[in-house]
Amino acid sequence: MHELSIAMSIVDLACEEAEMRGAPGVDVVYLKLGPLSGVVKEALLFSYEIACQQTPLEGSKLLIEEVPIVVNCPVCRERRSVQSTQSLCCAICGTPTPEILEGRELMVTAMELRP
Amino acid sequence: MTLEPRLVEVRKNVLKQNDVLARALRERFREAGVLAISLVSSPGAGKTAFLERTLTLLHTRYKVAALVGDLATENDAARLARSQAPVQQIITGTVCHLEAAMVQNALDGWNLRDLDFLFIENVGNLVCPSSYDLGEDLRFVLLSVTEGEDKPLKYPTIFNSADVAIITKSDLAAAVEFDEVLTRRNIQAVRPGIQVLKLSAKTGAGMPDFLEFLERLHPRSHRAAAVAK
Repeated sequence: MHELSIAMSIVDLACEEAEMRGAPGVDVVYLKLGPLSGVVKEALLFSYEIACQQTPLEGSKLLIEEVPIVVNCPVCRERRSVQSTQSLCCAICGTPTPEILEGRELMVTAMELRP
Repeated sequence: MTLEPRLVEVRKNVLKQNDVLARALRERFREAGVLAISLVSSPGAGKTAFLERTLTLLHTRYKVAALVGDLATENDAARLARSQAPVQQIITGTVCHLEAAMVQNALDGWNLRDLDFLFIENVGNLVCPSSYDLGEDLRFVLLSVTEGEDKPLKYPTIFNSADVAIITKSDLAAAVEFDEVLTRRNIQAVRPGIQVLKLSAKTGAGMPDFLEFLERLHPRSHRAAAVAK
């Protein structure tokens, strides 16, 4: 369970960004989360609330967009989704594909700043 | 003047700070000509026994050292010190994984040019360590024959983040009716193309092949030079 320390990193990052832009606080933090990030959405949401306490983010919402794994299939020579996290094979032709293009995201993409 | 909330684009990695430190470490390892290898596994998969054997065998021919992460005790460092190699314990307290900053702190004052191989033993945990880059050149994931063949499917993220998979405790395989074919298939399903080695740190079976594999990986090894030619 490392989601609390991840949540605290999100809060730190958001505070820094808000301060840089002269905003008094943050209403919403938008996060992109890939299945290969090693972070569990539910645990992160739970931890986020705790991490926000007594910070300019207190009362803010964390909106998580879960993004799929995208690989470069060597046979199709295309960006493809995979069968599952347990089977990293091209969803179209079934070729095992080690080249992962997306799916490790743990990224703050945007924020709604308090006026 | 508007009092509406303002939407701003950010696009920053949450673990940016760790990633920056990890990149700096990787560069430091490269400049010093040391091959840094991290070990991840569940608790009890045999990381310490494997590392003790590896350090002992490499120690005669190479300059080797290890950092070893643990929640509370220094037992692992004491065990590894028997190999005569320099060993530094990192006690993480309640933290269930190593981070790049911990590695950086542990290496404070070390002259990495004196080393050929640096091993970094992570905390026994198949979940959290997968998120943190430690600046290592290679990540080895260990899986013991006693753990069950479906472990890679249960923890795909960490297996996917690894560069090499090592099946440990091969001396117990028959006793637990270990299905090697199935295990290898499961490892390949979550990390296609990964190299898989099998060994027993206790009996030494498979260790010569593993050492040869390590020597080939090292940038300064004669074998690596021969392969490159």
